[in-house]
Amino acid sequence: MMRLPWFQYRAPASVMEAARILAGEGPQGMLIAGGTDLLPNMKRRQQTPATLISLSKVAGLKKISNDSGLTLGAGLTLTEVVGASTVREKYRGLYQAAAQVATPHLRNMGTLGGNLCLDTRCNYYNQNEDWREAIGYCMKREGTTCWVATASKRCLAVSSTDTAPALIALGAKVRLVSSAGERELELASLYNNDGMEYITRKPDEILTEIVLPANNGWKSTYWKLRRRGSFDFPLLGVAAALRLAPDGTVEDARLVLGAVSSQPLPVAKASAFLVGKKLDDAVIAEAGTLAASRAKPMDNTDLDVYWRKEVVPSFVGYALREIRGDDMRALRMRIARQEL
Amino acid sequence: MNTVLKKVDRRNAQISLRVNGEELEVSFAPYKTLLEVLREDLDLTGTKHGCELGECGACAVLVDGVPLLSCLKLALECDGASIETIEGLAEGPELHPLQAAFSDHGGSQCGYCTPGVLMTAKALLDKEPNPSRERIKEALSGNLCRCTGYQQIVDSVAEAARAMREREVKA
Amino acid sequence: MSSAKKFDVIGHSRRRVDSRDKVTGQLRYADDLKLPRMLHMKLLRSPHPHALIEAIDVTRAQAYPGVQLVLTGKDFPVPFGIMPVAQDEYPLAPEHVRYVGDSVAAVVAKDEQTATEALALIEVKYKSLQTIATPDEALAQPQARIHDYTDVGNIHRNQAFEFGDVEEALAGSDYIFEDLFFYEGDNHLAMEQHAALAKNEGEGKLTLWTSTQDPHYLHRQLARVLQMSAAHIRVIACNNGGGFGGKCDPAGHEFVVSKAALMLGRPVKICLTREEVFYLHRGRHPVLMKFRTGVSKEGKLTGMHLQTLLDGGAYGSHGPASTFYTGVLTPLTYELPRFKFDACRVFTNKPACGPKRGHGTPQPRFGQEVQLDKIAEKLKFDPAELRLNMVTKADSLTANWLKIGSNGLAECIRQVVDGSGWKKKHGKLPGGRGVGIACSSYMTGAGVSIYWNKMPHSGVQLSLDRSGQVTVFCGATEIGQGSDDVLAAIVAETLGISTKEVRCITGDTGITPIDLGSYSSRVTIMMGNAALQAAGRAREMLVAAAAEQFEVLPESIVLSRGRVFAAGDANKSMSFAEAVVYAETKFGTLGTVGSYTPPKPPGKFKAAGVGPSPAYSFSACVVEVEVDEHTGWLTVPKIWIAHDIGRALNPVLARGQVIGSVYMGLGEALMEEQVFRRLPPKLSNALVHKIPSMLEYKSITSLDMPEVEVYLIEDPDPNCPFGAKEVGQGPLLPVMPAVANAVFDAVGVRIDEVPITPEKILRALHLKREGKIARVGPEHFPDVPYVEPTFVLPPAEGGDGNESKRPDRKAAGKLAERTAS
Repeated sequence: MMRLPWFQYRAPASVMEAARILAGEGPQGMLIAGGTDLLPNMKRRQQTPATLISLSKVAGLKKISNDSGLTLGAGLTLTEVVGASTVREKYRGLYQAAAQVATPHLRNMGTLGGNLCLDTRCNYYNQNEDWREAIGYCMKREGTTCWVATASKRCLAVSSTDTAPALIALGAKVRLVSSAGERELELASLYNNDGMEYITRKPDEILTEIVLPANNGWKSTYWKLRRRGSFDFPLLGVAAALRLAPDGTVEDARLVLGAVSSQPLPVAKASAFLVGKKLDDAVIAEAGTLAASRAKPMDNTDLDVYWRKEVVPSFVGYALREIRGDDMRALRMRIARQEL
Repeated sequence: MNTVLKKVDRRNAQISLRVNGEELEVSFAPYKTLLEVLREDLDLTGTKHGCELGECGACAVLVDGVPLLSCLKLALECDGASIETIEGLAEGPELHPLQAAFSDHGGSQCGYCTPGVLMTAKALLDKEPNPSRERIKEALSGNLCRCTGYQQIVDSVAEAARAMREREVKA
Repeated sequence: MSSAKKFDVIGHSRRRVDSRDKVTGQLRYADDLKLPRMLHMKLLRSPHPHALIEAIDVTRAQAYPGVQLVLTGKDFPVPFGIMPVAQDEYPLAPEHVRYVGDSVAAVVAKDEQTATEALALIEVKYKSLQTIATPDEALAQPQARIHDYTDVGNIHRNQAFEFGDVEEALAGSDYIFEDLFFYEGDNHLAMEQHAALAKNEGEGKLTLWTSTQDPHYLHRQLARVLQMSAAHIRVIACNNGGGFGGKCDPAGHEFVVSKAALMLGRPVKICLTREEVFYLHRGRHPVLMKFRTGVSKEGKLTGMHLQTLLDGGAYGSHGPASTFYTGVLTPLTYELPRFKFDACRVFTNKPACGPKRGHGTPQPRFGQEVQLDKIAEKLKFDPAELRLNMVTKADSLTANWLKIGSNGLAECIRQVVDGSGWKKKHGKLPGGRGVGIACSSYMTGAGVSIYWNKMPHSGVQLSLDRSGQVTVFCGATEIGQGSDDVLAAIVAETLGISTKEVRCITGDTGITPIDLGSYSSRVTIMMGNAALQAAGRAREMLVAAAAEQFEVLPESIVLSRGRVFAAGDANKSMSFAEAVVYAETKFGTLGTVGSYTPPKPPGKFKAAGVGPSPAYSFSACVVEVEVDEHTGWLTVPKIWIAHDIGRALNPVLARGQVIGSVYMGLGEALMEEQVFRRLPPKLSNALVHKIPSMLEYKSITSLDMPEVEVYLIEDPDPNCPFGAKEVGQGPLLPVMPAVANAVFDAVGVRIDEVPITPEKILRALHLKREGKIARVGPEHFPDVPYVEPTFVLPPAEGGDGNESKRPDRKAAGKLAERTAS
């Protein structure tokens, strides 16, 4: 049986108390919410915090409030996010992303905040300690080389969150709280393109809320590439949010790719290209090509790396066609293996 | 091996649980997950394990009615929780309709994924008495099975749902 | 009137006898067992793919609080191996580690956590050796030997057989098709991780509870390795949480845990992690294949030369048998007058391959069925018709001397062709949709034991007493396939009672008669025939006692539905229990035995023992696919499969075996692969399993699995109990090639290897658009130093089943001319 290493356990009742403990523990302390990302990593000794600070008893992390937009507590489980009618109706891309994370059980456990903070993944890194010893470890933990590209100066582990691309496309902000105060920032700027320093959350900060702007006519979607209809992390995520004029002209667009870089990747050029145009097949194809040019999948996850890059335009096309109003149900069934 | 053996407090932790309707106290090594506590400290070995990393669904149990993976649930976080395991599914000597259907319709071959599948299916039928085949497949998409090819599992859940609705009507 | 009507039990879908324990969580698998004072064991494994152990220092681990014992290779001087010719493995490697994951030391401690912590304190000094990552490297680097007990370099087995002059047949053919195929290796991925619990009992005696499919073979190996009397060892095969061949080999940890328990006088348990299960492996061999097949313009096969190259991994395992199986069963499915096969297995620095569901046969079956699709395309035959015109016949001998009994393949083909709407679909579906067909055959039990002996392959013991209880004992192992249910059903039917009245005690070498194990689809036929004999003998006693009591002739006594009565006389009836009382009164304490030994195989040449079986099953499968031409994305909406089972003893379970086989075959077709990562050799010697986890080793989920339409073809086979042939393995075989053939029908590209991924399909589609050969598959077959074949004349050419000299080709040609004139 794979077992957790020994650790100290703290279960504060408030965000402030949690923040104080976190600050006191320093780098040896880690937050645990759903645990679905951290605990496997601890069992494999990828992460070995001395103290776990549980957010399970912290009040107020499960709020859903419909003010001008939508505020979601970071402690909501992905199942709770999927079940929220506002999410389903007005923020479809988030609904589709959250509904495709992992499995039903893991969505019952994993939180929205946890999915946003998900450790970057790499199949040289997400391995037991014995395995990592057999390759002499890697840059992300205990080693010096990035085996994905041995000349690389930085770690190439992949951002594997489904909800982040969807939320960035929707213009989400996040609230971070520490014992010293709190701040709100664009979700996009929560991330760095670095497999090790992938998140700009400071070690003493707690992600407490995700704030979405009012919908104001935006349509959104999320398409996920993975081998199976369940379990798998994304090999490509395409999140799109567009505002269309009544005649179908694109007024504003945000395309974000997931799993093709160490961070969720807003593709500004492709987004800008769409603005002012109608979503005809040629425009969709061009947007796909523009988006694909930014994608840099690496050979550290499932399926062939060149193929994963090659199909980016197709998946961008699926997203844009769905927003255009095409009936994508049969194709969605073939890709996602479920209705979304 | 690079494990650093740290000085840690190795005393047992203690929590209260309600397991299959029974209130109990359990003392355990605090690094243990709910899976380990159920199997090793409460001798409820009906809950299985196939990976201990959240990748197979064999360890699924209900925590406050919700199907979770016990291998990724810290036991420390279960204080005061109500846990349902396969051992509590039957109603006395009477099999739960799901158990009867799995027995009759080939839902269980080697039986190893069966407890996790049954508990997940129970949570589904508690909420949705008349699920479509597609809905059953979705609900069970976190439970790997290597024997059945899932078809007779889906048959069994659909049959159990029918039997439970019938029983409801009679009652 | 269906045949099942004649029977009370057989042929009726019934609740299986072990289901209650399974659905209530009461069934104890090996890791569920717990004994007083039990200790826990963990293994230290090599981080090097190929190295010599220069020194091991265990002193710090031994001193760690909570540690009871540390063992290393020096504690195990005797090697083991399932095959007598491949005893090449040590429970703990004494000096030479051969793959990442080879075990080198064991720690026994008060709990797993402590044992794991202590492993980190063992210091091992290794000297790295050259890493052999692939069969090409194994052949090219014969000096870097992984084992030194074989004849040449890294070649483990080299086998060649020729049945009739194949070159002559090819030369006389209208067409010769030459194709290369590759089948990637894969793991069983049984849900249960291997576990074993050993206990010292009495004076130096051992009891081992373990997840094994073959307790008898393990029993023999334990006696050998532990150097103790087999009579002092009891192996209890716990119900397996899935086997699929992965629990057939004796495993290193089983010896180590046993030795530890004997040394400590306390129970010791080990349960492997999922990663360790991938290292133990024994899964499907990666096989490269070359088919040269002669075909007449009428669409008949004239001869075939098959060459296979198996990547065996680091140890022998079942390799000698696996190597044979990449050839020997090939001629069973279609008439093939002449057949030659060269098979070579090489060692590489990876976990050992072994038997997985279909053992050695899925690989060449994939190749032949895809090649047949190419033949049909070229000759403009419908692929189903082509096959139907060449199926082997019942009661015939193949070119390589395999005796076919009943044969329902033609009916299987008709059923799936009708059921799938093949004629309206093949070549006619629009928009990236297509259908493919493939067939197969498989053995119902290996005709020869793994070690040479003339004793029964299965024994059954039956005891009845005045309470009316019936207990049946057999060494067969329940691995989920339903063997206990088969045993109960056969006894129940024979004695006229229900399966609920039969208690099965199985898989315990201490109290059950020997059965060779749950492999090669042998349990239903062998245990079943033994059970039939034991129950028949008990029935005779009951009949004699009842006839005496009723004062009627024994022939008029009927046993049915818990009653024993005289046919046609309603007053002469008693309960089963009453009949037992009369029988016990008449004969004394009641007990019977039965045993089964397969018939002698017709072939007499050396190695003629691999392949023969008392009966063969047959299957045909149609798969429908949808392929997205822009991405190569592959979807399988539906599968139709017909299986010639002889008779379904419990149809709901039989269907479950068929669907489960289709599921596993589809997984192999689409995604399952045990693959490895070689780091850049300039920087590292590392060669690691790429994805030793349930998450990254992809297996099909409920959402990916199509609905399967099953047709059971029931033509009872006289060699089988109630006519029941195998069903656990055969239906896997046609699935992979049917998928490949359906992809061709859908988009006109050939994927000549598995798994068939969207990337490969898209690559082939690009080649097609560029006007090149629209095929993805192996391009090159290395120069393998195959041995000179053993030549045997086929039965149809007057052979006697012995090895013979190759007939003079010129003379044979003249003979043919004379015959023609």
